[in-house]
Amino acid sequence: MPQDVSPLKSTLLTAAHRALGAAMGPFAGYDMPIHYADGVLKETLWTRQSCGLFDVSHMGTALVMVGKASGDDQADHRAVSAMIEPLICGDIAALKPGKLRYSLLLNDGGGIDDDLIVGRVPDSPGVLYVVVNAGNKDADFARIGDAVAAKGGQFKPFQDWALLALQGPKAVQVLSGIVPGVEHLGFMETGRFTTDEGILIISRCGYTGEDGLEILAWPTLAKPLWDRLLANESVKPIGLGARDALRLEAGLPLHGHDIDGDISPVEADLAFALSPRRRKAGDFPGAAVILNQLDQGPPRIRVGLRVDGAPAREGAVILGPDGSNIGVVSSGAYSPTLRRPIAMGLVPPHFAEPETQLGVIVRERVQTALVTTLPFVPHTYVRKPIA
Amino acid sequence: MHFTKDHEWVELNGDIATVGISAYAAEQLGDVVFVELPAVGKTLAAGESLAVVESVKAASDVYSPIAGTVTEVNTVTVEEPDQINARPETTGWLAKLKVADPAAVEALMDRDAYEAFLGKL
Repeated sequence: MPQDVSPLKSTLLTAAHRALGAAMGPFAGYDMPIHYADGVLKETLWTRQSCGLFDVSHMGTALVMVGKASGDDQADHRAVSAMIEPLICGDIAALKPGKLRYSLLLNDGGGIDDDLIVGRVPDSPGVLYVVVNAGNKDADFARIGDAVAAKGGQFKPFQDWALLALQGPKAVQVLSGIVPGVEHLGFMETGRFTTDEGILIISRCGYTGEDGLEILAWPTLAKPLWDRLLANESVKPIGLGARDALRLEAGLPLHGHDIDGDISPVEADLAFALSPRRRKAGDFPGAAVILNQLDQGPPRIRVGLRVDGAPAREGAVILGPDGSNIGVVSSGAYSPTLRRPIAMGLVPPHFAEPETQLGVIVRERVQTALVTTLPFVPHTYVRKPIA
Repeated sequence: MHFTKDHEWVELNGDIATVGISAYAAEQLGDVVFVELPAVGKTLAAGESLAVVESVKAASDVYSPIAGTVTEVNTVTVEEPDQINARPETTGWLAKLKVADPAAVEALMDRDAYEAFLGKL
């Protein structure tokens, strides 16, 4: 195999991470902070009790726009939704201004090529905001860009902006001190905020199970905002190691590990992302396979496992009660919050009942793994009451 | 005390060798959350896996710096894995081995040589 010698890409904050003494490592072609001086364990706990600041600028952010806005907000929204909907399984047409939706980019076999966030930018008729995983960014952008161009729309990736995630119970309190008004965003809502220095697109979602905000910052704003947030004693910088532990505790799948192009939304236990309208119409990629699985049940399904003994890592074999090989661990770690090993993996549905006792093989020994409902650590999202 | 390039340390007392991981290794691993020690009586060749220390993210093998038979293990590290981060080169030791050839440690790095080795990493 030829060695990939392309240099790692940096974000606007790479130098800041180094200055903080971060342990850096390659992630999706970027030179990223894996952890800072506190380490993964303490960073995970800090995020859950206070608030963590993550540089996730390696993720892919872009706008999808109608070619020419008609001035009719609803008509323009329908037009732009029709550009992206054929690639995914969500009801984007029904999104209200300022709302975000978790969705899945599907292939014709019904597998998940990526998971993504699609939002309706408020006060910008015919404009959608899209956030995709770093590792799939190039492929996703090519696919979405082509589909949008074919329908006369425009696809505009954000080049050299920073994406910061502020996650934890104090996130909103902290950011509202810098950007007044963010406290009015509800869970899965987005807004555009203008400061003297530039534009911020702020969303209230995240990848830790905690209340949190993700801030897309105009390039010149990135470092000043990073510094200002870190000046708050409630905020500490958190690396990708803790981000992975946090999302696993929150039961959230990671593409390329827990979900991939060979795993369907039903198998991934993400059927909630299949909109009722789209199910009825059967108009998303792989609909035949996916609708059949919804009807007949999937051959395997993603479960959480509470592991006894040593942590069972990705690739560890999962055994059924009779000792037969029934699957593999797709993510596994020691949970800093629960102080025990946890894991996820795909198993046949008849082994997926909570409290079913399975086994995992770690260093050639069988350890007990109990099926458990996800998330491992309860979500604390702040949802607005329905008006 | 002598060190390996894999960051284990070994200290001889007669023909009993005490083995652990270096302060540098503990620092690199981050918080140790799980430790697996060998069975007493197990015979190990030099370079054979002696123990496993795990952080939140990953498992790392600890290799025996010297050939020998395990006579004692430090079960404190199993109950309190953070001992390995707190005092890796003293009370965070992992195992004691009865060695046949104590002179073999002389082939390993002494502290000055190890510090020089770390300086080049």
